[in-house]
Amino acid sequence: MRKLIFGLFIAFLPMLGLAAGGAHLDPIETDHTDKASLQRGAATFTNYCMGCHSMEYARYKRVAEDLEIPAKLFEENLIFTGAQIGELMKNSMNKDMAADWFGAPPPDLTLESRLRGESWVYSYLRGFYKDESRPLGVNNVVFDKVGMPHVLVDLQGLCAVEPNIGKKSSVEPLSGNINNGSVCPEYATEGSMTGAEFDSAMYDLTNFMSYMADPIKVERERLGIFVLIFVAIFFVFAYLLNREYWKDVH
Amino acid sequence: MQKLLNWVDERLPVVDAWNNHLAKYYAPKNFNFWYFFGSLAMLVLVNQLVTGIWLTMSYNPTGEGAFASVEYIMRDVQWGWLLRYLHSTGASAFFIVVYLHMFRGLMYGSYQKPRELIWLFGMLIYLVLMAEAFMGYLLPWGQMSYWGAQVIVNLFGAIPVIGDDLSLWIRGDYLISGITLNRFFALHVVALPIVLLGLVVLHILALHEVGSNNPDGIDIKKNKDENGIPKDGIPFHPYYSVHDLVGVAVFFFIFFIVVFFFPEMGGMFIERPNFEPANALKTPEHIAPVWYFTPFYAMLRAVTVDLFGLPAKFWGVVVMGGAIAILFVLPWLDRSPVRSIRYKGWLSKIALALFAVSFVILGYLGLVPTTEGRTTVAQILTVLYFLYFILMPFYTRMEKTKPVPERVTG
Repeated sequence: MRKLIFGLFIAFLPMLGLAAGGAHLDPIETDHTDKASLQRGAATFTNYCMGCHSMEYARYKRVAEDLEIPAKLFEENLIFTGAQIGELMKNSMNKDMAADWFGAPPPDLTLESRLRGESWVYSYLRGFYKDESRPLGVNNVVFDKVGMPHVLVDLQGLCAVEPNIGKKSSVEPLSGNINNGSVCPEYATEGSMTGAEFDSAMYDLTNFMSYMADPIKVERERLGIFVLIFVAIFFVFAYLLNREYWKDVH
Repeated sequence: MQKLLNWVDERLPVVDAWNNHLAKYYAPKNFNFWYFFGSLAMLVLVNQLVTGIWLTMSYNPTGEGAFASVEYIMRDVQWGWLLRYLHSTGASAFFIVVYLHMFRGLMYGSYQKPRELIWLFGMLIYLVLMAEAFMGYLLPWGQMSYWGAQVIVNLFGAIPVIGDDLSLWIRGDYLISGITLNRFFALHVVALPIVLLGLVVLHILALHEVGSNNPDGIDIKKNKDENGIPKDGIPFHPYYSVHDLVGVAVFFFIFFIVVFFFPEMGGMFIERPNFEPANALKTPEHIAPVWYFTPFYAMLRAVTVDLFGLPAKFWGVVVMGGAIAILFVLPWLDRSPVRSIRYKGWLSKIALALFAVSFVILGYLGLVPTTEGRTTVAQILTVLYFLYFILMPFYTRMEKTKPVPERVTG
């Protein structure tokens, strides 16, 4: 029996090894149970990102419920398109016109963190710097020649040189806290937040995007425990039943 | 109750069927770990059918709506996320158990006379399963779905003269489009499952006609008691039904760990580019098929020389097709007087080990981008893969086999 468990486990095991982590990124761990962080991230997203980026596979209502934001409060403060709370999170940007403005229409971001990875999103958001050779005057260390302007420049400020992304661990491995050291050694223009405040805001935003890409994660893992407990108990009975039948077979 | 049973039995041989296939089907009593995977494959098949039917209820098989409908299933449909993860994890689990099931057959010579037809039906199941998986993979309409299908369908274009027309005919369009999606959907949910179920029935009927092999490769029907019951046999039900139940519990434990905690399996079961909708104008940097196809994909890419005026790509397709086709003739390649690897000589043991290792490493090489060194390794391993079969008639005859015991050894 031990052989069976071991064999099946081994059969699945090689797959896990290929869970690739990208190089030159600041690794983060998101936490979908941190409702306060998700709420702050939702506020940042709807205020700064949603003008251009939709989340058209998700509904406002689900976000309000999962993040424990009262529907009325959510409608008043976080819906800017006049949409009903039960609607999908679309925006009013015309995709053809947007393609003319930015070279490509801003992508939908519902699944972005599962497409690129959470660490990529977190690093990208903090990776903008001043580059006069680019049409919009900014470039990004994570996404070279990016077509997106630095939307959060009022918060972060504009970094004069390439930010230090992936060059040092920005997450304290034991406490999970984000290090205080700013990714940007030198600013061309100052923003309203300090480096640490901005990192924290971007953690919240990434956390929110990660939640949006996989909204069932917390519930799924909670249920998974019960399912495994059930299967484990079932195993005990199956094992004993099997032993009872086979004890006379020689 | 007994009267009802009698009434039915007079009109339909249900009691006979129950006895022939379960209660009085005598299976060797020495089945080991490797004999769990046949019934597990049935279990996964049922899982795929049931979850598949429910997914169909909310899926929209059009180029415009497919991707969004999958997210709709994941977010708005009650338990839709669970149905989808059971189905996507089930696809990979299917291949894991089928590969282990096939390896069992190779080890214990389960394809040898008189079980050639069982092997052939099994191979047809494998072939249909690959087609089923390939077409199902297009349905979420993500970037890797799309470009994976593009690459594979284009392979048919490598066939001389008719190639381009053939791939055009398969796609129904000049590139993978909503038309291709619609026909793949029809084949995936209707045509191929019917064929698959039919083949599974044939596989089992053929098995129950000649009886199961066992780790010793002994014919248990040669040793019967006064009632005509094999001395080394025990009724499948209840002995193996309760036995398989234990296997089911262990399998489910691991399966549900994946479903509930690692549904993407690090990009192996659900690949990252599939979180972006299919885009015919944007080719991903690195296109790789899902893991269960990668050994054959690595063989395809290993062929790099043009030959007889035909391009390397064509010969790659030939090698890839040949790698699967050669499995069909396996029963006639093995000339050994014994079935099980336990009593075969060391040549067979080394050959099987090399074969298994080659297959696994080729699987890895098919996942990662090519380099010159990797291509060389893939070429060597492809040759080893084929040598296992081509040399089989010789090494199985040359080697000295061990004497096979009269009765099973447990």
